[in-house]
Parts: sequence; structure tokens; C-alpha cells
Amino acid sequence: MRLLRMVIVLAALAAPSLAFSDLSSVALAKEEQPQPPADFVPAESESQEQIPAMPLLGAAYGFIWLGVFGYVWSVARRLRKVESEIAALETRKR
Amino acid sequence: MIVMMALAGTMFAAAPFLIDAAPQEATMGLVYKIYFFHMPSAWMFLTAAVVAGVASFRLLFLKRPRADHWVIAAAELAVLFGAFTLVTGPLWARKSWGVWWVWDARLTSSLMLFMIFVAYVLLRKYGGAGSDKLGAGLALFGMANVPFIYVSVNYWRTFHPPTSVVPKLPVEMGIPLWFCVAAFTLLFIILLRLRARLEHQRDRVEMLYLAEDEA
Amino acid sequence: MNAFARIVWFIVKKDLTVEVRSLEILSTTMFFAVTVVLMFSFGLVVDGRPLNDVAAAILWVAIAFSGTLALGRTFERERHNDTLRALLLAPADRPALYVGKLLGILLLLGLVELVLVPLIGLLFNAPVIEQGVPLALLVAAGTLGFAAVGTLFAAMLVRARSRDVLLPIMLYPMTVPVMIAGVRGTAALFQPTPDAAVAQFWLSLLAAFDVVFVILALWTFEPVMTD
Repeated sequence: MRLLRMVIVLAALAAPSLAFSDLSSVALAKEEQPQPPADFVPAESESQEQIPAMPLLGAAYGFIWLGVFGYVWSVARRLRKVESEIAALETRKR
Repeated sequence: MIVMMALAGTMFAAAPFLIDAAPQEATMGLVYKIYFFHMPSAWMFLTAAVVAGVASFRLLFLKRPRADHWVIAAAELAVLFGAFTLVTGPLWARKSWGVWWVWDARLTSSLMLFMIFVAYVLLRKYGGAGSDKLGAGLALFGMANVPFIYVSVNYWRTFHPPTSVVPKLPVEMGIPLWFCVAAFTLLFIILLRLRARLEHQRDRVEMLYLAEDEA
Repeated sequence: MNAFARIVWFIVKKDLTVEVRSLEILSTTMFFAVTVVLMFSFGLVVDGRPLNDVAAAILWVAIAFSGTLALGRTFERERHNDTLRALLLAPADRPALYVGKLLGILLLLGLVELVLVPLIGLLFNAPVIEQGVPLALLVAAGTLGFAAVGTLFAAMLVRARSRDVLLPIMLYPMTVPVMIAGVRGTAALFQPTPDAAVAQFWLSLLAAFDVVFVILALWTFEPVMTD
């Protein structure tokens, strides 16, 4: 049962990689930048061409997905080990 | 717990579609969509830090030994979500600002808070016996330090503090953002309880061994 | 003298007595601080001229590094003879123990700084004499902040494993405001036209930090040191 729960969460977290195969974006919207520090002027990047966005986006989401997945797996693994140890100890007690 | 996990699962499954449907941003195009995971990560990072601080206080001053489980869990999550924030931030910055990193108040303060929690995790792992109280002291000091870190870093670069820009988001962008915040919050709660449970079970094993020895 | 002050004085006297006999920690820490200054100078002086504000930075880094070493070794001495446990077992007010050790460290670092500051003045033509009073205040406030946190952590770590590396790991992120304030304040004083207002700002930040963290350390010393 516990394992099933884990699988549900992990599979759901795998979904983002599917979503980004569809790149059709909606119309442009006029919007102010969410988080610029007011005293910082963006530096001129040496390459005036656009830095491709997709690798950055993919890396960001991928990192988070891997991180959550890895952490959940690590905690689940240790939990299972400890709980089997508890079960063994409790049967020994009887 | 099961309900929460199922809910979190579905939310995270739905998130990419909501994110994809959000409009492109005028100057930053596609890459700003990192924000939908970056901001909730940052919030969870700070939440984890506060939880760790509160639990440390309970451990040291209210003498509740089991609070230690929550300190460990929260500190590890602070490192986890802190890492998310500090990785996705520069990835976004690279495109939108042209540089990976700037030494502004918010970034540097976040980095320092992150370092404090990494120090906590290292202390618990390698410090040996008694590290629970030490770690709690460290976490408490970390909490007390946040305003000082922020003020000093804020005034460090230039003497004049920058004004912060409160983002005004149109509804189309607000929806995926707050959806992700909710999903991350749920995830945080689940992970916190899971990790604390691990510590609790470890304690039980110890007690069972002790009981065996005595028998 | 009330009980608290008596214990504090007792501890300071004990540490002084032990140290005066060999002068081991003082002399080695002082020499270490000097080598740190020189090492950084080699890295940061270009074409025979120091980069801007480097003198201030080097001073504070040297204080931080040698302070960490001094803290570690002072408590190592306690650990070696298990005197800390004896002190804890004694019917003494725990915070008094903390204050006693803190004063000892401050004394030690103060002596080191008496050598470091003129050295910086010499090597970098920094106006350490003209800016003597504000500089002394800055250095004192910063050292107090650093030592306040450091004494607590070092005491906490006495019985921990890997304590040598864990002390800087825990201490440095925590004392970032002290470093920033110290360096920026000192740099403001070392400028061709010294900026007293800026230095004053950083001094007040340091003072606030000192007050908060000494009080916090006094509060947490007891619960953290009891098993």
C-alpha cells in the first residue's frame, strides 16, 4: 500500500517531462519582470544572439524533479529498512 | 496522508499543463516559466527554515525531545528546497539577466541561510553523539541571524538599499503560480512528515533494542 | 563581588594562568595571523599596489581564521584534561562559564589584533593611527560578535567528532554579518577621504549583532551543554 502511494506520487512527478514535448505557446502578454533587483542593470552578454531557453528550462525542471524523486526514494528506502527491523524485533519479543 | 499524497500527485501531474498554458512573457519569453517552480521552492525553503527554528526552540527550551525529529526533517528539506531555489534561480538569471549570479541582498542572504542548513546536516551526520542539541542551537542562531544577514548584505554592495519590486501578475500567470505554490506546500508537508516519521521509527528501534538488552 | 562575577573571574584567571606559563596558544595564533595576512597579500597585491579595500578584507579574514584556530585550541585544552566536564559539574551558573571563556578568548584575540592592526597599517599604508578610535571600536565590536558565537559553538563541539572542521563550517556562515560589517566599516575608514558616517552605520549593526547574539548565547548555553 505504501509502495503504491510512492508510485503514484513519483509517476505524477514524471508528468512534466511529457508536457514539454508540446511547445505551442499562447499569445504574447505585456508584463513586468517578476523579480529584478532595482539596482541591477542586466549585463551585456558577450553573445548578442539569444541564449536558447529550452535547455535552461529543462535543466531547471529536471533538477527539481530529480531532487524530489531522489529524496523521496531515499527516505522511503530507509523507512522500509527501519520498519522491517522493527517488525523483526517485535516478533522476536513475543 | 494517503489523501494528501494522491492530491499532491495529481497536482504535480496537472501543473505542467497549467504552466504550459500560461502566456509567454514579453521580454523574457519562455524561460520565465522557471519562476513557477522557482518561487514555490523559495517559499518552501524559507518555511522549512522557520519550522526548523521553531522545533529547535521546542527541543532546547521546552525540553521536548521528539521535536528533534522535526528539526532534522525541516533542516533536510531546507537544504533540498534551498538547492532547488539556488539552482533554478541562476538558470533563469542566465537567460534573463545574462549572468549566472549577482551579489544582491536576496540571493546572497538565501545562499548564507542555505549554508547554515548544510552545516546543520553535516553536523548531524558527522558530529557524533549529542549533535541534536548542538544542531538545535545552530538552527536557532541561524533564525536569529536572518535579519542581520539580510540587512548587512543589503547595504553591502551599494550603501543605498534597492527598492524591491512586488510582482504584479495578470490572472493567466497567477493561476499556474498559485497552483504550484499549493502543490509545493502539499509536497513539503508530505516530505516533512515522512522524514520525521523515519526519525521516530529509528527511535523506536533503539528503544526495542534497549528493551531486549534489559530483558 | 557576586557569585556570577566571581565564577567569571575564576575562569578567566585559570585560563590566564595556564596560558601565561607556556604562551603556546598566544604565540602560535599570532604567528598564524601574520602568515595569513602575508599569504593574502601575495594573492591580492598586483603590481606592488593593493587592490581597493583589500587591507580591510585581509585584516578581517585574518581575525576570522586565527580566531577559529584559537577557539578550537582553547577548548581542545579543556577537552584534553576533561576540565569542561568538571566545570559543568561544579555548582556554577552555566552562563558564567560561558562569559568566563568568552572573556578569555577576547583577551587572546585582542592581543593578536594589537599586532595585526599595526601590521596592516604598515603593509598597506592604512591610516590605523589617524582612525585609531573608530577603528578600535569596530574591531572590538566585530571581535566580540565573532567570539560570542564562536565560544558557544566551540564549547558545544567539545565532545563532538570531526570538531576541527565542524567549527568553521558552523561559524563562518553565522558570522557573515560580522565580516561584512567589519570589512565595509574598516574600508570606509581606510578610504583616502574616510567616511565616518558609513563606518558608524556598520558599527551600530555590529553592536546590535553583539547584543542579540551574546544574549542568545547566554540563553542557549545551559540547554545545549546539558546532556
